[in-house]
Amino acid sequence: MSVVALERVTKKFDQTTALQDIDLSIEEREFVSLIGPSGCGKSTLLRIVGDLITPTDGTVVVNGKTAKQARIDRDYGIVFQDAVLYDWRTVAKNVALPLEIAGWPRQKRAERVRAMLELVELTGFGEHRPWQLSGGMQQRVSIARALSFDPALLLMDEPFGALDEMTRERMNMELLRIWEASGSTIVFVTHSIAEAVFVSSRVIVMSPRPGRISDEIVIDLPQPRTAATREDPRFFELVTRVREALHLGHEVDRAAATEATPA
Amino acid sequence: MSTLAGKRPRQAAVDARRHIGQVVLFLVVLAVLWGLWEGYRALWIHEHWTWPFTVDDTTMPHLHDIVAALWGRASPGGVGPRLGTVLFKSALFTAKEAAVGFALGAIGGFALGAVLAHFKVLQRGVLPWVVASQTVPILVVAPMVVVWANPKLPNGLKDWGAVALISAYLTFFPVTVNTLRGLNAADRRGLELMRSYAAGRWRVLWKLRLPTALPYIFAALKISATASVVGAIIGELPSSISSGLGAQIINFSQYYTTEPRGLWATNLVAAALGISFFLVIVVAEKLIVRRAPEYLV
Repeated sequence: MSVVALERVTKKFDQTTALQDIDLSIEEREFVSLIGPSGCGKSTLLRIVGDLITPTDGTVVVNGKTAKQARIDRDYGIVFQDAVLYDWRTVAKNVALPLEIAGWPRQKRAERVRAMLELVELTGFGEHRPWQLSGGMQQRVSIARALSFDPALLLMDEPFGALDEMTRERMNMELLRIWEASGSTIVFVTHSIAEAVFVSSRVIVMSPRPGRISDEIVIDLPQPRTAATREDPRFFELVTRVREALHLGHEVDRAAATEATPA
Repeated sequence: MSTLAGKRPRQAAVDARRHIGQVVLFLVVLAVLWGLWEGYRALWIHEHWTWPFTVDDTTMPHLHDIVAALWGRASPGGVGPRLGTVLFKSALFTAKEAAVGFALGAIGGFALGAVLAHFKVLQRGVLPWVVASQTVPILVVAPMVVVWANPKLPNGLKDWGAVALISAYLTFFPVTVNTLRGLNAADRRGLELMRSYAAGRWRVLWKLRLPTALPYIFAALKISATASVVGAIIGELPSSISSGLGAQIINFSQYYTTEPRGLWATNLVAAALGISFFLVIVVAEKLIVRRAPEYLV
């Protein structure tokens, strides 16, 4: 059974079509990246899976249920580009937030928070305030929070987009380790080609106006990925492959634009 | 953990130094104000300037004379209790009215703001009237409130209870407006996060909207705290209450030409009362609001 199954999903905002006839199926334990230029609807697609936006047309099935039911059952955790930590809560209390809402007892909550902080290597920072941490550490707290209730699916919307290159590469490794350890399925939105290729098992290339899937590339790099992976010739081949797919998508877009312009 | 424990004494030292700094700053500002008053006074008297008004012992008494008057006798004849004692008792009475008025206004203002934040239709219908309520001069409203409320009040609340209502009337407005603003100030991502957890209305209110609103609400409470004192003093005037600062102001303004220091001393005490109300809110904010530094003013 697929964790995510989208059929002919279309989303229109007023006059503009953000997404057109998206068909996508994501299997258990996959790490799927959505990549594309801004305006291709990749974030919108992620929010449709999370039932934060309702599609205009098409069907969305998450964990065998409607997207809404999956949200109510807390089947997914979400990570945004900003950590979105509540600054009036300590780090530990931020991680505990979804557990509080789900009604976990205090003792169980505390144990879980400790385990999650250990997973993201922030043991000892539980009593800190979010604003006392660096950007990368804040994002790790946000990942711990998203995984705290052990969701089957992790939705990530450009989670490392605001971080510097060095931190981002380290976070990529961290995320793969966490993915390995937690056994969840990940849908990952990014606009970095190298990042998409490095972390994913499959890359979905999208193009804009209207947002649609223009290509799909299976990343057959060996697991687990290491620092050496980035120097693998196959890595460069795949990066080139994704880049070309992105440019092709762009060409089509430009051709369409020329066609649409009255002579 | 050891690093955290090791940080505390140093933090305490930093806090202590900052507090000492605040006290020194306060004294410096006080000295500068004193210097400006006395300097202005001396210059105008020396140059015989008459614009904007002639300066003499009646229009601008020496500040030390005003403070000294607090130790003198209240009645012009040099009999009776000290002026300071009399004014302190009056201030306590006014403080009681203002405190009750402030509490009523703050709770009512918050409740109204919370209701308006929840029902957008109500917001459009009611908010203009809330604004209009504040354009009516308090001097017009005050006697009406006394006439309406006083007959209904039990004996223990007679007169001063009506004044508390007038004070509440001046208090609630900033609290309502800022509660409304604050409860709607939660950022979009924070709300999406709550939606992803399938959190209900009350959960979102309690765990996100209210903590976001707190700095806004406290900003309003600081304004309201001083306004409630002004409201109480003004409310005392038409209700013929003789135990509060309002009566003292009326009394000393009648004697101003012969004994100006009495009115100035009353001003001083009224200002001190307003400042202490303000400081109570500042302390409460420090204890209650736990936000990142950029949200605290």
